[in-house]
Amino acid sequence: MADYTMHVLVCGGTGCKASQSELIKLNFQNRLSELGLSDEVQVVMTGCFGFCEKGPIVKILPDNTFYVHVTPEDVTELVEEHIVKGRKVERLLYVDPETQASVHDAKGMEFYKKQVRIALRNCGFINPENIDEYIARDGYAALGSCLLEKTPEETIRIIKDSGLRGRGGGGFPTGLKWEITRKSVSDQKYVVCNADEGDPGAFMDRSILEGDPHSVIEAMAICGYCIGADKGLVYIRAEYPLAVERLKIAIKQAREYGLLGEDIMGSGFNFDIEIRYGAGAFVCGEETALIHSMEGLRGEPTVKPPFPAESGYKGKPTNVNNVETFANIPPIINKGAGWFAAIGTEKSKGTKVFALAGKINNVGLIEVPMGTTLREVIYDIGGGIKDGREFKAVQTGGPSGGCLTKDFLDTPIDYDNLLAAGSMMGSGGMIVMDETDCMVSIAKFYLEFTLDESCGKCAPCRIGNKRLHEILERITEGNGTKEDLDRLRMLSTVIKDASLCGLGQTSPNPVLSTLDHFYDEYLAHVDSKTCPSGQCKALLKYTILEDKCTGCTLCFRNCPVGAISGEKRSPHYIDQSLCIKCGVCYEKCKFDAIIIG
Amino acid sequence: MEIINLKIDNKPVVVKKGTTVLKAAESIGIDIPTLCHMKLDDLNIENKPGGCRVCVVEVKGRRNLAPACCTEATEGMEVSTHTMRVVNARRTVVELILSDHPADCLICAKSGNCELQDLATRLGIREIHYKGEQSTYREDTSPAIIREVNKCVMCRRCETMCNEVQTVGVLSAVNRGFNAVVAPAFEMNLDHSVCTYCGQCVAVCPTGALTEVDETGAVIRALSDPTKTVIVQTAPAVRAALGEEFGMPAGTLVTGKMAAALRRLGFDYVFDTDFAADLTIMEEGTELLGRLSAFMEGDKNVKLPILTSCCPAWVKFFEHQFPELKDIPSTARSPQQMFGSIAKTYFAGKLGVKREDLVVVSIMPCVAKKYESSREEFAVNGNPDVDYALTTRELAQLIKLANLDFRSLPDEDFDQPLGESTGAGVIFGTTGGVIEAAVRTAYEVFTGKSLPRLDFEELRGMDGLRKATIDFNGTPINIGIAHGLGNARKLLEEIQAGTSEFHAIEIMSCPGGCIGGGGQPYHHGNAEILKKRQKAIYAEDKNKKLRKSHENPYIKKLYEEFLGAPLSEKSHHLLHTQYFDRS
Repeated sequence: MADYTMHVLVCGGTGCKASQSELIKLNFQNRLSELGLSDEVQVVMTGCFGFCEKGPIVKILPDNTFYVHVTPEDVTELVEEHIVKGRKVERLLYVDPETQASVHDAKGMEFYKKQVRIALRNCGFINPENIDEYIARDGYAALGSCLLEKTPEETIRIIKDSGLRGRGGGGFPTGLKWEITRKSVSDQKYVVCNADEGDPGAFMDRSILEGDPHSVIEAMAICGYCIGADKGLVYIRAEYPLAVERLKIAIKQAREYGLLGEDIMGSGFNFDIEIRYGAGAFVCGEETALIHSMEGLRGEPTVKPPFPAESGYKGKPTNVNNVETFANIPPIINKGAGWFAAIGTEKSKGTKVFALAGKINNVGLIEVPMGTTLREVIYDIGGGIKDGREFKAVQTGGPSGGCLTKDFLDTPIDYDNLLAAGSMMGSGGMIVMDETDCMVSIAKFYLEFTLDESCGKCAPCRIGNKRLHEILERITEGNGTKEDLDRLRMLSTVIKDASLCGLGQTSPNPVLSTLDHFYDEYLAHVDSKTCPSGQCKALLKYTILEDKCTGCTLCFRNCPVGAISGEKRSPHYIDQSLCIKCGVCYEKCKFDAIIIG
Repeated sequence: MEIINLKIDNKPVVVKKGTTVLKAAESIGIDIPTLCHMKLDDLNIENKPGGCRVCVVEVKGRRNLAPACCTEATEGMEVSTHTMRVVNARRTVVELILSDHPADCLICAKSGNCELQDLATRLGIREIHYKGEQSTYREDTSPAIIREVNKCVMCRRCETMCNEVQTVGVLSAVNRGFNAVVAPAFEMNLDHSVCTYCGQCVAVCPTGALTEVDETGAVIRALSDPTKTVIVQTAPAVRAALGEEFGMPAGTLVTGKMAAALRRLGFDYVFDTDFAADLTIMEEGTELLGRLSAFMEGDKNVKLPILTSCCPAWVKFFEHQFPELKDIPSTARSPQQMFGSIAKTYFAGKLGVKREDLVVVSIMPCVAKKYESSREEFAVNGNPDVDYALTTRELAQLIKLANLDFRSLPDEDFDQPLGESTGAGVIFGTTGGVIEAAVRTAYEVFTGKSLPRLDFEELRGMDGLRKATIDFNGTPINIGIAHGLGNARKLLEEIQAGTSEFHAIEIMSCPGGCIGGGGQPYHHGNAEILKKRQKAIYAEDKNKKLRKSHENPYIKKLYEEFLGAPLSEKSHHLLHTQYFDRS
């Protein structure tokens, strides 16, 4: 980047691209060329900045100005004001919601202040389609040092000492996994990158592959060196076309540079990578199901042991790691195990990427050190709850995670604390709920997801989750009983205890955690047949207040099912047996005579 | 050999490394219930997807419950098989399976033979706490097999048989979650698939999801029609298994009682497919000798090895999967069809009955025989040579309906002329039998000498692939035997590659041959039963006065009176067939 005096970084993540960031980049290039500035200002399309709520994002260096909600039409002004005249375009700057002041330097943004970006280090910074930019940021230095200066055992030792644990959800120590796969004796071994990101709302793996594909390639090669594999496979869902495309470009460039292929860096080590496409089945994130899917079989898990480390792809020892796990490897090698281990908590080292979503101001992708509290994530980084509402719960760990209440806001986030609290780390989904969310409906919503995504192989998951869902449906429709609450708990316990794979073993978590933390809400649904958050339509009751009703007949005329009757100029009433709770009467009434109870 | 010490329900157990918890428990008399698990030891067939979760046990130090059928015993392991946690989980799982299962046990084809029913009884399930929606799928009826998919419990046994054992690849799990079920691709009907109707899926299905097409009603109607002459033929493997349906030990030969029962059911003539098996040997053996002689005389175009063609599932298999090899199998029809053809010509003529008024019923260990009898080429003007093919199980049903106390029936003989058979015909019922029968005749015809011995032990056994070289008076004849279509596939691939060393190959679709057929009494995963049936078949052979097909006096008479000679024009017309490319 040495020749340029200025850099315009345009977010090229899937979200910003969908909002015309490609055109923004083009407009910049055209305008700069018209002004003869093409040699001075470089326009770079980068990976995701993480602050997706505010996209499309344009960042201008060296002064680190962060422009939000940029449109292609804004480009002329940005070039002429900021680049030519050196004046920041105030109206496009990020405004701090607390102070209402424009933030001139991205470093001053609360969203970024508490973040420590290791896995996302290059996302939003380099052009992912240019290997030189990756190399300029120490890219492939780790691979070089492993191949030329370290034995596989020494390298594994570093990963073990760093304390890195699998970021895909299980949290299994990565170094240990490598060591086990190394010790398996075989003529052929495989490195598999699990890019079958499936948690609803989670997109960290996609962002890494879109923003920094070489970090994954480099790490896979290091892993291949350590375990004794010359073949790597990336299992990626076909719904990630941009990630696939950038990964393909990166693999091609790495091959051209001799960083993949035969005799890498003259070390005698051979390694190459192939891409395999998944059809978007959640269960294929489970490593045995993923391997079967790659083998062309039905994507369903098999009983472990044998673990893939002993018998995986095509029956050969296979090391499966998630994208984010791999993205942590090169910095650990470069900076040392001690550096990484100094970040985080006692048993969870380093950082974790979370996808913030739900009723939160700053929706996006963040990376924080392990041990950061939920409060810091939700209030400091996330900017608090939308529309000034009250925080109710946060769901961590994706569909099979649990809902945590405000009592847990000061819990430092790490694998073990989340498990102890009845949730889990999962792949890092974090969905925030406010007072208007009904927790029974939330549990039902998550169960709907696992119900759809269960492979159907084992009976507890296949039938048990269906029954759980039916009970929840009964409850939200006002037909639940107190016995149903006991049934929910008993059945959930068995499903967790007896299911074959991680999907079934965790699928009742949303039910159990909401039962634990929001039992009163369940009770209200079954005892008094009310939904405290007013979300369960079937439990709503519209009534006309006699003293307020003027008999204007507006509700009567608008009711689509003829549930309202009454004489003109005298109070009307709603036949509850006919009412479909559509709320039209409530909206139409000009006298506030209709109440919801 | 590494030894593992563990404790199951506080009892110490010592097992070999690699033993499952289920097996280890079994060795000390702890019988952990299972549903999806199935292991046929001698046949090397195992289904253990770990899917039903009925066999879950508690393992000390493990977070969740472990399936005993696919958890290996490890040193120092402490297993509990009936703690409250385990029993609760096990019962809940069975309740869940029952909650998605039609409760029509009283009228289910599998009632009394249903492993799910047994399990519910064993676990004392009296109430289903988690009622809800039940899966509904359309019923799929084919010429041989009915799929009542609502009763599928996703044990995947049929899938293992269809894919791993038979390599036919029709049945596999489709859809996800609650809608997951085992079905042909795209949930198409079986008769649109490459299904061979071998019926091994039916043989292992724990519930009533897979059953044979029931033709007992049609047979009862025929028997009660005074205008019809109804005759019956019984396949060799039936007599070695039918007794099981009446509580007799596996391997009990019930040939005489079966003949008595059939007579009491009202069949006008009780004949034996073994007769037709002898006839098959005459035709197929002659064909083999013809090809062998031509080969030895240097004919480069002769098709060798010759493959047996008695098994209809095997025929359908190569028609779909190896159509380019369709000139290799013997053109001889199966014994069932030879019988039907002779009955409706030779025998009908003897009786002076029109073929339309002669009803031929066969009792077969097989469900594919239903399909075979429905093949168009085995009918004359729409009148099939074999009208109804019943399974061994269906015959048992008829016997029960006729209020016969099977066990106290006297032993009776078959009728003549189509009831006389030699030991060679009997052994058609087991893997290796057809080729042994062929050797007995071909040797003597080829060499012109009397066989020094009749028992060819080298052709017997239960190994999926066997080979032997028989000395035909100085000419070594290489013989291959395969049972199970997966094993057959290996031999066919050798033929395709031009590396086959064999002159003749016997192929049977079902593991064990016809004794393990899809229409036999359910073995419920016990391979010992098949071995006992096999033993019974060889015992019957040994007890026969005549043990070589060409010595059967009624066969000789048939050729003299009617057919002329093996491979004569009439034989070709009535006893041989052609194969079709169904790929």
